[in-house]
Amino acid sequence: MRLDLKQRLVLALMIALAGFFTFAVVYAQGGGPAFPTDDDVNRVAQKLYCPVCPNTPLDVCETQACKDWRAQIKDELSQGWSEQRIIDYFVAQYGQRVLAEPQRSGFTSLVWLLPVISALLGLWIVYEILKGWRKSRRAYQPAPGPRVAIPPEVLERIERELRETD
Amino acid sequence: MVTDIGLIALSIAFLFASYATIASAYGGWARRPAWVESARNASLIVFPFLTISVLMVVYSLYTLDFSLAYVYDVSSTAMSPFLRVTALWGGQNGSVLFWAWIMAGFVAVVLLRKWEHDRELMPYVIATSMLTTAFFIGVVLFITNPFQRLWYVQGATDLLKAVFPPANAMPYAASDGGGLNPLLRHFGMIAHPPTTYIGFTGFVIPFSFAIAALITGQSKGDSWIRSTRRWSLVAWIFLSIGLILGGRWAYDVLGWGGFWGWDPVENAMLMPWLTGTAFLHSVMMTEKRGMLKKWNMVLIILTYSLSLFGTFITRTGVVSSVHAFSKSALGPAFFVFIGVTFLGAVMLLYWRWNTLSSEHSLESLLSRETGYVLQNMLFLAITFAVLWGTVFPMFSELITGTKITVGPPYFERVTGPLFFALLILMGVVPGLAWRKQVARNLGKMLWVPFAASVVIAVGWGYLHRMHPASIFGLWLVGFVLSSIVAEFWKGVRARCASRGENPVQALVHLVGRNHRRYGGYIIHLGVILIALGVIGDSFFKLNTQGTVAPGQELTIGDYQLKLNGMRAYSGSDGREITESDLLVFENGRQVSEIQPRQDYFTVQQQPVSVPGVYATAGKDVYVLLVGWELNGDTIKDATFKIYVNSLIDWVWIGGLVMILGTIIGMWSGPEGKEASYVFKPNLVPAIPLPQEA
Repeated sequence: MRLDLKQRLVLALMIALAGFFTFAVVYAQGGGPAFPTDDDVNRVAQKLYCPVCPNTPLDVCETQACKDWRAQIKDELSQGWSEQRIIDYFVAQYGQRVLAEPQRSGFTSLVWLLPVISALLGLWIVYEILKGWRKSRRAYQPAPGPRVAIPPEVLERIERELRETD
Repeated sequence: MVTDIGLIALSIAFLFASYATIASAYGGWARRPAWVESARNASLIVFPFLTISVLMVVYSLYTLDFSLAYVYDVSSTAMSPFLRVTALWGGQNGSVLFWAWIMAGFVAVVLLRKWEHDRELMPYVIATSMLTTAFFIGVVLFITNPFQRLWYVQGATDLLKAVFPPANAMPYAASDGGGLNPLLRHFGMIAHPPTTYIGFTGFVIPFSFAIAALITGQSKGDSWIRSTRRWSLVAWIFLSIGLILGGRWAYDVLGWGGFWGWDPVENAMLMPWLTGTAFLHSVMMTEKRGMLKKWNMVLIILTYSLSLFGTFITRTGVVSSVHAFSKSALGPAFFVFIGVTFLGAVMLLYWRWNTLSSEHSLESLLSRETGYVLQNMLFLAITFAVLWGTVFPMFSELITGTKITVGPPYFERVTGPLFFALLILMGVVPGLAWRKQVARNLGKMLWVPFAASVVIAVGWGYLHRMHPASIFGLWLVGFVLSSIVAEFWKGVRARCASRGENPVQALVHLVGRNHRRYGGYIIHLGVILIALGVIGDSFFKLNTQGTVAPGQELTIGDYQLKLNGMRAYSGSDGREITESDLLVFENGRQVSEIQPRQDYFTVQQQPVSVPGVYATAGKDVYVLLVGWELNGDTIKDATFKIYVNSLIDWVWIGGLVMILGTIIGMWSGPEGKEASYVFKPNLVPAIPLPQEA
């Protein structure tokens, strides 16, 4: 089969394109660090707490157990697990205490709810206090004092001293 | 012999403290001054006896007497003499004794000064403070005794710890001890417990005066506030220093690139600091306006109870596990004591509630009074949020049986907006007048700082990363900062105009004439610098982790780090050190060389990461060595965790500024008399003025 010039050109172009894409894919694989990197692992680990040490986030804990858990996260990420799936897996394995942030449903929603309620209650108390103080002012009406004439030099001195102390 | 002397001194101190409590309460109640005088002398004697006891523990630690259980636990032959001495507060038993000793010292100093002014209050001041001291000495004596010896019983697997010989036991002396926890061998952790304890125990003084004022009915006036103002400031500044040192220790030692992790132990310290700060502000309004008296009482009771609660949390480990509570008698003893203290104080307050009404009314909603009420409420709301987040895991474990963690995301999200509101008040309230503020004048005063802060924030946002919350935060910092500067500027300008002083003279005289006011502004300045550091840490932090072979580079932001080599050697205090050498380049130019390393403590089998830090006023490059691989004898590669922490150094600088401000604020100067002047505008003028015809 003979190809005419036009067909030969198209074929050459297609081979060149295919070659370029192959090269591009190989290059991309070799150029950047392979997924998952340590940073990818830490991004998941920082949302979790070490299941054994008290109050230590998983991304900073340097015990052997935590290193193993981070290696496990790395495995799971490379198997294509989503972040949420890994977190759910850890919760299922070790309980809710591995979550840095308590869940917003069920009993633990109380931890989020109460501060909001208390802040609103606080605002209401502030309102009541200020209202009470205003009321005591209305109840207390001082008799109008004698009108006084203050000599200008005294006024000036007061003004000056006020400026200095202010 | 040494142990016996320490134990006897401790027992005598306990007897005297108990006697002083009872004698002073009886003397006050029956109005028998001789009993009060005797109680005072007994209180004064407690301190020297406790000092003997403390010295005996220190001596045992220093000479490594491993027949003592406490020495065996926290000291070791590999430790330097300095560290051995600081091990006094490196473990449970020693630190409770140390707590009691500092408290006894505080009380002794108060009783040694002239107390003619407070003759009425004194019996109950002694009773309250000595009751607490007696409780702590009792805990040391009966529960966490540092003079317990080690005993060996034939056939038993563990050594026994007891003061007196158990049945069939032989005394046992180990050849070496466990040594101080490696994480605690840092200047921040050596200085942090003493400063924190001074802060915690210092609040016993204002608390005792408050209780005495409630019992005697003197709570109506404010003499108890005047007598304790300086004590409250001392306690507060030491608590502040303790917080900052703790943060610095976490930053240098714990290896997570930050200084605050919302850990229960940190929160335990933050809570009394928050209520204590509110108290310091609140009493100012009582001095000036005779208002907020109930608040002062509530705040000092909370501050003191939270100080005890903080000690309870840190010393019993109850938050990390509820089960720690029942492991020793310490938990229940503390729990009962805190309960009695808190409920007793609240009942007293309830009894005197009606005597604590305001002497004045509110003239305008736009006034400094409103600002003070709001700030008190904000401090309380933050305290509650922190308390709730700290104790919630305990409730969860008790009620549902599930262990949960309440981590930084909760605390940041809940307290963040409240702290922002508090900072806004800090910028606005100093510009408000007492009683009534004309809105137009307020606008006149604040528009310059406001405009300046907007320019700063927009400029910053344009130059750097556009994170909306960070720009808002920087606006806030800019606003408060420029409003403080404006306060100084106003005062200096007035003095320059009226007295013809040059600006430097005017500034010195301005601060010199009103220590309290300008000391306060300087403290605010420190707080706002810390806020700047916190904003940098929250919004501009970069971090990465990577593995490199020698000669290779890691890149983060504008920085490149090149691994230059590694070495291993033996260090002091029984540690094996693996140290890396990194060259730091900024945009291709070498700026520093740092040595992040890992110290392995062989006795405790514990690794400790020591970061390598390249610090500038703008940024810290903070590098941790987290692992390495060997290829035979040579290094194959090493893994580093790198943080670029923006603005973090302003936290430490802010801390120093706060200390400076507090020292200025406490200084008694020419304004001593002026400060006691009470502003009571509703009174009829005492000097008759010429009547208008």
